[in-house]
Amino acid sequence: MREIKYEEIVNAIKDICISANNVLPNDISEVIAEAYQNEDFKLAKETLEILIENAKIAQKEKSPICQDTGMACVFVEIGQDVHVVGDLNDAINEGVRQGYVSEYLRKSVVNDPMFDRVNTKDNTPAIIHYEIVSGDKLKITLAPKGFGSENMCQVKMLKPSDGEEGVKDFVLKVVNDAGANACPPMVIGVGIGGSFDYVTYLSKKAMLRDAKSHHPDKRYALLEDELLEKINQTGIGPAGYGGKTTALSLNIETYPTHIAGMPVAVSICCHVARHKEVIL
Amino acid sequence: MKKIMTPFKEKDALSLKAGDQVLLSGIIYTGRDAAHKRLLQLIKENKPLPFDVKDQIIYYVGPTPTKPGHVFGSGGPTTSGRMDAYAPELLKLGLRGMIGKGYRNEDVKAAIVNNHGVYFGAIGGAGAYISHCIKECEVIAFDDLGTEAIRRLYVEDLPVTVLIDCQGNDLYELGRIQYLKEHNYGN
Repeated sequence: MREIKYEEIVNAIKDICISANNVLPNDISEVIAEAYQNEDFKLAKETLEILIENAKIAQKEKSPICQDTGMACVFVEIGQDVHVVGDLNDAINEGVRQGYVSEYLRKSVVNDPMFDRVNTKDNTPAIIHYEIVSGDKLKITLAPKGFGSENMCQVKMLKPSDGEEGVKDFVLKVVNDAGANACPPMVIGVGIGGSFDYVTYLSKKAMLRDAKSHHPDKRYALLEDELLEKINQTGIGPAGYGGKTTALSLNIETYPTHIAGMPVAVSICCHVARHKEVIL
Repeated sequence: MKKIMTPFKEKDALSLKAGDQVLLSGIIYTGRDAAHKRLLQLIKENKPLPFDVKDQIIYYVGPTPTKPGHVFGSGGPTTSGRMDAYAPELLKLGLRGMIGKGYRNEDVKAAIVNNHGVYFGAIGGAGAYISHCIKECEVIAFDDLGTEAIRRLYVEDLPVTVLIDCQGNDLYELGRIQYLKEHNYGN
């Protein structure tokens, strides 16, 4: 058993809360730069130029790229040979608290979803997903998720007979519904399979996968490319002002499912697709 | 690019068309969900508002906390649709402009047309960039709401785009149609 101390986890989470909010990940910067080169609609090109400039300012001034510094979504892969000294949930939330309070990040979490809605003032609690894996490492991925785009995500329990066309129609419907509200250009994650709850988790994982990666199964990889191409023919464009660049990337994650079902979930992120990982 | 100074007069509003790019300067006010809810409650109770909305512009934003030595945190627009329930009432009282991002409903569009208002878009997610245009900031109401408090801002050359003009033209529809027409994707 390898031991990892509470403080190590707190400090790691604190650091990635700050860097994730102030610096765009390389894969996202690259796809935005490529989109800028390929965009030929005037207002769209100007909008992308502002996004590139905004990211530069944020990095230089160590200030948040976007004012919605999100709810802290944390994906943890725990090696089965790791022993955490102290409470892991507490350590993650303490890291979020310290990161958001010390670095002037916006606290956007309310204590109760419907009745009270009182701000917790430290952006906790985080949303935490755990996965047990082999090995003796602890891998933590933090994705501060803004709710302009989160509010635009959808899930649907398709019938197996809906097939590939059903999936394509649903994804395009979600993108069209989201439109300008999701702060395009979007980064899109599609989950297919599993169950009602698991498919939304898959779609988030797909959204966080490297923007230039592909599904290992060639059929899904082709579907990723086809869907991205179709989405970029809708004309929604950057900020929704019209243009080619409606989405920067689309990734699919899949899982076996029941004979009677074909769940599909679409997670949408804005162009500020923040994610940062640390391995302890 | 057009330059507009606030207060935002009716004749200036009438001169703008969806798709126009505008540099705004002068005083504007911030307000989002919770502040709007309170403004409407005050109107309902016939109580005075924290500022006279006549010929003013409200920017839908909840900034990050201001760092020492800075005027304002990151402050891009939030999704305007959540203010649709409140906006028509404020437009009736003379509110001239709103800055946000995302679609508005038919009630808001009708209120914009009937009261000669303008809905401007700022670029969602460009919070650090927009912050540079904000030169002064003071909380004037609802301090307890934190990021959602109403702030009076003095802005210089804040870049915005006309999304819905006084005639009800909507850039979100027109921009998309124009792009599709130029690229032959229309059906």
